[in-house]
Amino acid sequence: MSEAALHPETAGMPERTVLQRLLRRKLALFALFLIAVIVLAAVFAPLVAPYDPSEQFFEGLTLEGAPLPPGPDFWLGTDLLGRDLLSRLIYGARTSLIIGVVANGIAVAVGAFVGILAGFFRGWVETVLMRFTDLMMAFPALLLAITLAALFRPSLWIVAMVIAMVNWVQMARVVYTETRSLSEREFIAAERSMGAGTLRILFRHILPHLLSSIVVFGTLGISTTVLLEATLSYLGIGVQPPTPSWGNIIYENQTYFTSAPWLVFFPGAAIIALALGFNLLGDALREVLDPTQKGRS
Amino acid sequence: MGSYILRRILQSLLILLGISFLTFVLLYLIPADPARQIAGRSATAQTVENIREQLGLNLPFYQQYFRYLTGLLQGDLGRSYLQKTEVGALIVSRLPATLLLMLGAIVCELIIGLTMGIVAALRRNTAADTSLMVLSFVGVSSPQFVIGILLLYIFAVQLGWFPIGGYGTFQHMVLPSLTLGFLGAGWYSRMMRSSMIDVLRQDFIRTARAKGLKRTQVLFGHALPNALLPIIAMIGIDIGLFMSGIVVVESVFGWPGIGQLAWQAIQRVDIPIIMGVTLVSAFAIVLGNFIADLIAPFIDPRIKLR
Repeated sequence: MSEAALHPETAGMPERTVLQRLLRRKLALFALFLIAVIVLAAVFAPLVAPYDPSEQFFEGLTLEGAPLPPGPDFWLGTDLLGRDLLSRLIYGARTSLIIGVVANGIAVAVGAFVGILAGFFRGWVETVLMRFTDLMMAFPALLLAITLAALFRPSLWIVAMVIAMVNWVQMARVVYTETRSLSEREFIAAERSMGAGTLRILFRHILPHLLSSIVVFGTLGISTTVLLEATLSYLGIGVQPPTPSWGNIIYENQTYFTSAPWLVFFPGAAIIALALGFNLLGDALREVLDPTQKGRS
Repeated sequence: MGSYILRRILQSLLILLGISFLTFVLLYLIPADPARQIAGRSATAQTVENIREQLGLNLPFYQQYFRYLTGLLQGDLGRSYLQKTEVGALIVSRLPATLLLMLGAIVCELIIGLTMGIVAALRRNTAADTSLMVLSFVGVSSPQFVIGILLLYIFAVQLGWFPIGGYGTFQHMVLPSLTLGFLGAGWYSRMMRSSMIDVLRQDFIRTARAKGLKRTQVLFGHALPNALLPIIAMIGIDIGLFMSGIVVVESVFGWPGIGQLAWQAIQRVDIPIIMGVTLVSAFAIVLGNFIADLIAPFIDPRIKLR
């Protein structure tokens, strides 16, 4: 007998079918495909990349010293130092993904922590934390990130920290609003009257309910993070060359863009593909996970 | 209503105070020495010390902040360390260019975003709808410097329709406005689509159809104005998005606004200018949110101000 027939009351519960419902959506599949290609390229970079990303080829420049357009030897062309663009893009995927995962991971953790504390404990904790969140909301995010990144000596980890410092705010607001309404619900009061402690309520009852929002906004947040890293690196205050990052490839080569536009187009397309992947996935997750959205649009 | 507005104004002022404090702490902590920078490399220790004295940099932290705050309240944003001019005057001279750019961006994002949203809503669940929505996702997934350089390459370098950069005529405005508005067009098209779909489902639309109005009359006379209302409330919030975008867009196009001013100041660690632009931007964001909240109940009477 099948699982569903044995437990008819749990058949079709979201927990069982989230992945299936996600995979039925064409856009979600497309998003997963984009993300998978980039993740695989990053993980297996030494195997996939045709060349060493920092090797400067003598034959990688024209006689006049200009970068080569896409061709049979260098599939996506070369950059201004005669390095293979495809190999740099593949290694650059590592930078984007490391920052995406680390910076966004910190932002999600901090945001969720602040949101839960403020929403659950209320009182002065709520006042202090949420007024601070309001303040951060009014801070021009990019300006703050640029100032911070320019003032510290930028490295991969500093850039990740700067992005996390700017990006936790959104998550904090979402988690705060949900925790607040959850902790006012009857089943929480019932738990408490049965003698459940604060920690038990938080971990057994509040956190599981927040999970879908955290997953959705966490996924969308990766896209914001990737874009912010690219922008900082493009301005020359993010990840520093020679470490390849999609943003700093454009930064290094932008003076050549009229004669060698591929040096802007391919890294630009890579940034858009990764950000688009996580945006589409996040949106699909929202529709699959959020029961209130069902049947809309 | 009156007490609500008063409370919101107080709240906004507190936020601005907090931001001024936070920016001050941040820039107080950085390792750069402004006095040494102003004096130049060859200055004697005595000169540097004099400048430090003059700027009050040798005072304890709270006194420095207090000095800064009293200046702010008198409308004095301080003097640029390197340009030897008033920060307030510098910002005021750059502000018109930035405001013009923002205006252009709002026009671009509304025209593009709303058109996309309306078409998608009317062709719901068709291939046209899906591709428009994917396009709107591309809009919110594109870094502004990539869009800017791409537009420059196609329309300025290849086609030669617009100048490569600079400021002055209508031609100069088109590409920067499009670049700045691109992101917003993505958001607006999705909001417009869902707003339009919501409105088209409501009873008064069915009534309008039932009484025999033409499709275009129902669409433009009844559905569109109602679907537009929640969108208009969002324009205030856009200002926040723009404040982040102008740094990049103005540097790509050489647009002489406050974004470029901030970017140059950041590179030279000209702290008073960085603080001034941050405060002006924060003020614009707070003001935008305030206006958005304020007009919300006029647009939708179901929203009550609390």
